[in-house]
Amino acid sequence: MAQDDNSGAELAAVDPSHAANELVPSGTAVIDPDAFENPGFPPHRPRVTDENPKREKRAQRTVYTLFYLSILGSVWAIAAYMLFPIESNDVGAVRLNNLFIGIGSALALLALGFGIVHWGKAVMKDVEVVDERHPVGGNVDNREAAIKVFKDADEESGFTRRSVIRNSLIGALVVFPLPALVLFRGFAPQDQLPAELLSHTMWKKGSRLALDPSGVPIKASDVTIGSAFHVIPEELKDVSHSHGYLEEKAKAAVLLMRLNPEDLTEQADRKDWSYNGIVAYSKICTHVGCPVALYEQHTHHLLCPCHQSQFDVTNHCEVIFGPAKRPLPQLPITVDDEGYLVAQSDFTEPVGPSFWERH
Amino acid sequence: MSTATSTAPKKRSFTAAASSYIDERTSVSTFVKELGRKAFPDHWSFLLGEVALYSFVVILISGTFLTFFFQASMAEVHYEGSYVPLKGVEMSAAMASTLDISFDIRGGLFVRQMHHWAALLFVASIGLHMLRIFFTGAFRKPRELNWVIGFTLFILAMAEGFTGYSLPDDLLSGNGLRIIDGMVKGIPLIGTWTSFLLFGGEFPGTAIVGRLYSLHILLLPAIIVALIALHLLFVVVHKHTQYAGPGKTEKNAVGPPVLPVYAAKAGGFFFIVFGVIALIASLFTINPIWNYGPYDPSPVSAGTQPDWYIGFADGALRLVPPGWEFVWLDRTWSFNIIAPILVLGGFIVTVLLYPFIEAWITGDKREHHIADRPRNAPTRTAIGAAGVTFYAVLWAAASSDLIATHFRLTMEGVIHSLQALLILGPIIAYFVTKRVAIALQKKDREIVLHGYESGRIVRLPGGEFIEVHQPLDEYDRWRLVSYVDHQPVMLRPNEQGKITGRMRFRAALTRWFFEDRIAPVSRGELEQGEHGHH
Repeated sequence: MAQDDNSGAELAAVDPSHAANELVPSGTAVIDPDAFENPGFPPHRPRVTDENPKREKRAQRTVYTLFYLSILGSVWAIAAYMLFPIESNDVGAVRLNNLFIGIGSALALLALGFGIVHWGKAVMKDVEVVDERHPVGGNVDNREAAIKVFKDADEESGFTRRSVIRNSLIGALVVFPLPALVLFRGFAPQDQLPAELLSHTMWKKGSRLALDPSGVPIKASDVTIGSAFHVIPEELKDVSHSHGYLEEKAKAAVLLMRLNPEDLTEQADRKDWSYNGIVAYSKICTHVGCPVALYEQHTHHLLCPCHQSQFDVTNHCEVIFGPAKRPLPQLPITVDDEGYLVAQSDFTEPVGPSFWERH
Repeated sequence: MSTATSTAPKKRSFTAAASSYIDERTSVSTFVKELGRKAFPDHWSFLLGEVALYSFVVILISGTFLTFFFQASMAEVHYEGSYVPLKGVEMSAAMASTLDISFDIRGGLFVRQMHHWAALLFVASIGLHMLRIFFTGAFRKPRELNWVIGFTLFILAMAEGFTGYSLPDDLLSGNGLRIIDGMVKGIPLIGTWTSFLLFGGEFPGTAIVGRLYSLHILLLPAIIVALIALHLLFVVVHKHTQYAGPGKTEKNAVGPPVLPVYAAKAGGFFFIVFGVIALIASLFTINPIWNYGPYDPSPVSAGTQPDWYIGFADGALRLVPPGWEFVWLDRTWSFNIIAPILVLGGFIVTVLLYPFIEAWITGDKREHHIADRPRNAPTRTAIGAAGVTFYAVLWAAASSDLIATHFRLTMEGVIHSLQALLILGPIIAYFVTKRVAIALQKKDREIVLHGYESGRIVRLPGGEFIEVHQPLDEYDRWRLVSYVDHQPVMLRPNEQGKITGRMRFRAALTRWFFEDRIAPVSRGELEQGEHGHH
């Protein structure tokens, strides 16, 4: 077997004498004196269009027919623009407009392209030319002259000799882009501390739990066993988009579920965070912040559709699968005098994805 | 009446007159003389890079149209356009103007879809082009730097794709940004602040779309255009590679001349690529943002997917095993974020540096212009296959939920299988590919030594049946034997009579690379074979 020839491992080697006629090292390549020689170009094979005048005529016809088709396509696209307006509130018209302008343009472009290529392939003279290659870095004189330019420049400037000047220059060059980086500080608001902001949400003692997005408060009696609600703080609906509606919602969004109380495992210190089996958890995944929107009623598991982290609602939303590490934060809830569900306080830990200053 | 300097009024053709007019002002004639009849080697796989270039031109043209109508603003508006289901809904101006482009500007949907489809084709063709370069060894000297430029273009294309994807500010793109926000926050030390700088405060803020827009239409395209120019300049300097064949050597370039045939084929091909994109855009809907609605941090659709080229990064996030996050020194270390970033970074750097790694192993300092057949470099081909498998597993992981639902598997089972496959897949692909390449090389040897099976069975006078083998003609034979054989380096002491650890390491690497390679048939072997055979 051929590979056995080579598997003397470190003993097999290159014979440098074979590479003697090479100007640059051939490395591990073996130059075999017994190798086949390049037989040179095979005889030229004429195309059918070279030999058969009829076929040549036909090729020419194909080319100009395609070009005329292309003109037709362009005209069609312009006509479609006018014939399929989309002024009425009609989605179907948009589809037709898109389709016919598109088909016309595609025809114009494709017929043009195929026509030109066919011209090149079948009609234009079929010749191959041979270019000599020259080594890319060929001119040694130039290279030496260039090196001399640098040497002279170094000599005349004293760049190497005057090391204190040089080093201080390098130091200044390293430092000078920093002010430009500092300017980017203006990208973030000047008066906010990220870790502080990320640690608090809109929820506070007495905030009513309301339906997302209508903002209608939820009565505990309306939450039946097995149901799940998408929840926002009632006050959120009064916040405008320009005053942080989405930013607040991105932290405050909550999922509310009512389980059979005996299905719930509850730590002693969180016993009073739920109400009659109703529990509320942050909807924002602790992995990278997608909304954890899928609730499987049967197993009481929450699933994040982005990266498939799974949380067990019966066990304080501990992570049971996927890349997330921390359980979803729980919102302590209770009911007010009118029977509406309210928060006992803000979340007791930051919600959403982890960040450096979180601990 | 004229003061013509020429003594006799020569009849000059229009071409000659026009050329001299231009040349006297630009001295462009040298350029045309040098390049006009350059030989351009021909092969279908060389079109992949052209597809990338042409789809980029389509992106520029369609993108310019879109900038006239798109509003890169997150200012809140009430949508009052033609699309009834979203009428009166609060959304950003970016989303509303994207809907206007789709529903209220004639041909707007068409251009928007061309832009998106062309972007997908751009990334796909760069990827395939890179695979062609890799598997044929076209990245070897003198083209290593051009590999680096090309790969940088690939990364920039992905960045362009992601920034563009995020501009409409719809539900899907907003969730994509949320993932980026979560990833940035997971970076140690600078993560939180970087996120605040990016988003201008808390996520999602009202700044991100405008910032991404500046990157998407200004900075990134400028860098891409500059790098493409450099990339093509290098192609001119190096001349194109060619596949081995009779008459083709390391010292020539063989093919049709640039003018007229290559120019016609390439020019025509531009319109074909343009036309195919137009056809797809008119027939197939892409990114129907009106179905997703404006971004809101609370809802999300199941089966959320990024654009396919970003899938491998999303897949890497999904494959992290549970629990990779710790609080240490009172700070949070999110290895469920850090690990994928490091793995992807390592993968990218390895691909970027591959030409230099291989050059160091082979020690080959000659220029190479003949592209290798992949089978004739089995170890490189196997490394490539392993890399492709690694990427493919990460990519598949980005659809783990869809795999689970479509094939009725458990979510956990799919993830665990992909985790195992991420480690084992590349190893299996490496060995299988290497064996296949070597088997193909053996088959080539067999054909060179014994010819093709002719299918003609002949009975000899002694009663023996043999199949007549048709020997190869010299041109066909050349295609199978014209490749360079490499052998592992021998460990020899250096000038100080020492064998250093570095030398041992390199010797081991060359053994790994070359020890079971198959040498091309030599003349002597063929003669022996002919005498020894029927």
